[in-house]
Amino acid sequence: MYTKDGQQYFVVDSHVHFWDGSPANQANRYGKGFIECFYDYHRNLSPEGWVWPLEKFEKYSEQTLMQDLFADGYVDKAIFQPTYLTDFYVNGFNTTEQDGALAERHPDRFIVNGAWDPRDGETGLRELELLAERWKLRGVKLYTAEWKGSSKGWKLTDPWSYRYLEKCEELGITNIHVHKGPTIYPLNRDSFDVADVDDVATAFPGLNFIIEHVGLPRLEDFCWIATQEPNVYGGLAVVMPFIHSRPRYFAQVLGELLYWLDENRITFASDYAIWHPKWLVEKFVDFQIPEDMQAEYGRLTPDIKRKILGLNAAKLYDIEVPAEVRAAEEPAESGEAVGSAPVVPA
Amino acid sequence: MTAAPALAEQAWQALSGVRDPELDEPITELGFVVAAAVRDGGVSVRLRLPTYFCAPNFAYLMVADAYDALVALGEFDWVEVRLTDHFAAEEINAGVAAEAGFAGAFAGQAAGELDELRDTFRRKAHLACLERACRTLLDSGWQIDALAGTTLGDLPASAERESLVRRRAELGLPSGPDAPLFVEDDGEPVPAGALPKRLRFAKAVRVSIEGNSAFCRGLLRTRYPEAGVEGAVGFAGAEGVEGKVS
Repeated sequence: MYTKDGQQYFVVDSHVHFWDGSPANQANRYGKGFIECFYDYHRNLSPEGWVWPLEKFEKYSEQTLMQDLFADGYVDKAIFQPTYLTDFYVNGFNTTEQDGALAERHPDRFIVNGAWDPRDGETGLRELELLAERWKLRGVKLYTAEWKGSSKGWKLTDPWSYRYLEKCEELGITNIHVHKGPTIYPLNRDSFDVADVDDVATAFPGLNFIIEHVGLPRLEDFCWIATQEPNVYGGLAVVMPFIHSRPRYFAQVLGELLYWLDENRITFASDYAIWHPKWLVEKFVDFQIPEDMQAEYGRLTPDIKRKILGLNAAKLYDIEVPAEVRAAEEPAESGEAVGSAPVVPA
Repeated sequence: MTAAPALAEQAWQALSGVRDPELDEPITELGFVVAAAVRDGGVSVRLRLPTYFCAPNFAYLMVADAYDALVALGEFDWVEVRLTDHFAAEEINAGVAAEAGFAGAFAGQAAGELDELRDTFRRKAHLACLERACRTLLDSGWQIDALAGTTLGDLPASAERESLVRRRAELGLPSGPDAPLFVEDDGEPVPAGALPKRLRFAKAVRVSIEGNSAFCRGLLRTRYPEAGVEGAVGFAGAEGVEGKVS
């Protein structure tokens, strides 16, 4: 919980990791390249004083994570999003089991999400059933650029992906977090393209599709789809830290999201340990759209911030929110709620 | 040997015509050209990117375009362009050197060449340029309703207009002064009723491209701290002649 200027904010961090990217776990040069890429993200966008040494970043302890998220970072509930990468890391980068073991030692702090891969076929469907039962899954994180042998990725519209989405419906796994990456088959196509989200969101109206890092680097395509599909959400992982280094760009992205979606379909995330929730939460609560952009994008109210910081995700996962923090319950209109009029000079 | 600096200058000019297709900016300005040398009748160029996992298709396009641009000069006996510090560098470098095409470089992993990808991003770049051009008109008092009847000739001479016309021509769309300003991807004018929404989308495209560009520049500086000064890499000519031409 974070309190500032008499306002209370219930914080759900929708995207956290407990990974092992250490050299001992790296299976090859790709594993090394992957964690170093994350580390550059971390170094590039964290404020001074918040940058870890590489060694700590590669593998941090349970105690560090608990301290950072809950003691220092104001987080009330954190959602573990696994990233298996078993072709890059001996024991996987960050599996459901690793997250789950930690979560069980700290009841009521975490939501454990699972994962699936359509290339695992029938066997994978059965494994998903077991995983769902073991961890009471309400959500999964899908990484479409995951390598598997000679395959460099997959699309949500692959026939087997539909089978898995049907299975999710059947098992009550309603929150599908989608993370795009640099590779898919065929490699000549734009792997960041989110058009496949459009198709499955239409085909599965009972599922919610939370697109991580709001489709970046394809923000515009994400917005175009999300404005038409009410069950598509934008996750702010990777977007949040721009609040420090490039606040005007952060305002633009948030402004675009509020225009094309609305304040009810945007969820806060730190992507811990890439970034620390403490400074993200503090800066976000203090943040306002710059004055010269307000004619177009409007202003952020404490209610909008409350929804983004926690209430929207709480709804997706039925997380109980203390009564005093609940914002006005009437939903804002979709689509053209904020800054809907194009700029017309007076 | 006195020819080296002149050749270096030509080579640099050629490289500055190569754009990152996603970011729509020259690779020389983005700091992607890390080393370049004219020697022994040939030219050797090394490229680097902001991350180890930058998408291999875009990476390939930049390496191949740089290679083609240098070959097209017709001044060199040999041309070598090598990508470094990238997960697919080996495949890309070998494929480009062998002029094998993208499908040849990634046998079994690609279902074709990159024309469609390039075309998609040229259209995005065009839309972003269109938004910048419209913004100059709106800022100078034009009403949004009037934009549908506007022609390219109505745009005051400016960098925005130049960029727009160039991208139009690249796409084979009408680019003369009488051509309608706001056109769809197929060159058809956007009707007044549909224009505000299309312009709004164009803005999202511009925000996206500009944001990605700044992020990539930042990551490149983080990965290569010495890359702080953009375009500072010049050519090393033969006999140790430094041909800094940027």
